[in-house]
Amino acid sequence: MPLPPIIRRLLFILLPVVIALGLTALCLLALQADPIQVAQTVWDGAFRDAGKLAGVLNFWIPLTLAAMGLIITFTAGLWNIGVEGQMMAGAIAASWSALYLPIPQPELRIAASVICGGLGGAGWALLVGSLKTRFGVNEIFGGVALNAIINTLAIYLISGPWQPPEGGSAQFTPPFPKEAWLPVMSPDFPVPLFTLMLTIIAAIGVILALRGTRFGLELRAAGKSPRSALLLGVPVTRAALIALALCGALAGIAGSQRVLHTYHSLRPLVSGGIGFYALLIVLLANFRALPVPFLTFVLAAIVASSTLLSVRLGLDQSLIGVFQGILVLVILMTAGLRQQRADAGKV
Amino acid sequence: MNDALLNMLNSIVANATPLVIATMGELITERAGVINLSLNGSILLSALAGVAVSSVSGSAIVGILAAALMGACIALLLAFTSIRLRQDQVAVGFVLTLLCGDLARFLGKPFNNLPSPIIVPTLPVPILSELPVIGRVFFQHDVFVYFSGLLVFAVWWWLYRTRPGLTLRAIGERPEAAFSRGARVNILRYQYTALGGALVGVAGAAYSLGIKAGWSSSPTMDGDGWIALAIVIFAGWHPFRVVFGAYLLAAMRAVASGIQQSPDINIPPVLLNMLPWLLMLGTLILVSGGVVERIVKRMPTRLQDGARTLLRSTPPAAIGTRFDGD
Repeated sequence: MPLPPIIRRLLFILLPVVIALGLTALCLLALQADPIQVAQTVWDGAFRDAGKLAGVLNFWIPLTLAAMGLIITFTAGLWNIGVEGQMMAGAIAASWSALYLPIPQPELRIAASVICGGLGGAGWALLVGSLKTRFGVNEIFGGVALNAIINTLAIYLISGPWQPPEGGSAQFTPPFPKEAWLPVMSPDFPVPLFTLMLTIIAAIGVILALRGTRFGLELRAAGKSPRSALLLGVPVTRAALIALALCGALAGIAGSQRVLHTYHSLRPLVSGGIGFYALLIVLLANFRALPVPFLTFVLAAIVASSTLLSVRLGLDQSLIGVFQGILVLVILMTAGLRQQRADAGKV
Repeated sequence: MNDALLNMLNSIVANATPLVIATMGELITERAGVINLSLNGSILLSALAGVAVSSVSGSAIVGILAAALMGACIALLLAFTSIRLRQDQVAVGFVLTLLCGDLARFLGKPFNNLPSPIIVPTLPVPILSELPVIGRVFFQHDVFVYFSGLLVFAVWWWLYRTRPGLTLRAIGERPEAAFSRGARVNILRYQYTALGGALVGVAGAAYSLGIKAGWSSSPTMDGDGWIALAIVIFAGWHPFRVVFGAYLLAAMRAVASGIQQSPDINIPPVLLNMLPWLLMLGTLILVSGGVVERIVKRMPTRLQDGARTLLRSTPPAAIGTRFDGD
């Protein structure tokens, strides 16, 4: 009996989620962890009280910023794997400002740090962009190389030039002065209002800009077919560079949040893999902007509860990446099956 | 020649070996028209498979075979999803590289920082290893090094001197034409992708059972998969140039670690870790931009054609595209 189209569509959306959940549950059983207990722990670790929810939001902010940035670059047809490095560049720039720009007014000082972070990320992204547009280096390779380079630079700054003369830790820079920290909403709910607002504005802005503006149309044209876009008079090179700069700026702000709030110092691998999580989220959302903030929220809840998961059930954080990867792979494969069935139906 | 220099050359050859094997695998895959972007993750997971299986079975050969099997399976998953299910090769490869990397880090926990119980031993080649200089540099190694050398010649011979090799190049350049002459494009692509993946797996074992024996919490070979992918581009998809690229990179690393140890040169050692990546960017700029053209134009006319073929890097025309003919 043929199913009504709506139910069939729903099935195809739910199927991969069910398969991935099933695979996840199987893996958990193989690790001798009870899947229901895991779900319970995620809930406890993410939502039990205000402090836990703050932890979720503090991860949601940089993750969503990076993912919305990637939506822009993917729309322009670019694989901006360099987003990790752009976060680090933003983190370095924001740290520099926090350590060495003693602006007396606290509001100005914090704004300056975040702006520096955004500029740092945008600059690093433009480097990927000009490697591509000027020198023909594919953005994937440019991005991977620049990620490694900026991480090395960060380790260098931390190990030497940014240490106090009397010596300090090789693991991180001295903590920033309190005036440079992002102010939080309340001690019980330590979420910085400034970056939270920025994230919400950025998410809405990206969704609207890609839908209803000429810029969004140009980006889409450049992403779908650069050749025909060029023939139609779309400035493809400029579109690519602007997309990268915007993504880099958002990633840079994400990096600033990590150093100005999460750690209060610069340390190696400050992003904690957020850039790669964000890439998978965008693939999961099938490059559409609207689902991204919700998907990042779910992932942020899981990541925020990872400490509790490892304490209570001995599950390691690298598992999150594994499950996310499996989920995206399953979704790609079911999308393929679906197209195949649709094609078979036509013949 | 002094001893230190010979040791350095010897270690360059040893360190370049996994890169040579991995790039050969990627080269035949890409020549068939498929991009396997999962290299970085594949190498990590196969390296782990090599350590784990060889320490359980007590046999290095079984470990290497397990690594090869792991690499082949990952590659087949990529081939199936991109050829049969028609998903974007870049997207699938990308997900696989992240997934395999995370999987390796997770499953590798029990093996963290344990020395591998099985290490592939150094086997000097009789007679050849007695040769002055050459013997010391090339013939006092483990089997991976000899395998990589034979592999390069085998791939070159297969690609340019045999009929199936001609078909292999054809399905990567003009699959429609190859198909009309009777080549079963997609089946061949499956086969070469799997074979290439198996070689990538062997490369993983060459790290974990050879030069960097064992498994550490943040694997030392992380990143080399990307470098291998870049070397294939730099080398213009030609086996001999690939070897040159891999050795150049290993030499660069040897020089960097030499500088780190010498007391007279005052460069912060951390910064030297950037060198391979800067080299990678530099070579990619050199081959893919208009730089080659500018250099060639300055040359005497008689040399121009030769120089152009020598320097330029043109990808197989149908790389990354789908073929729906069969």
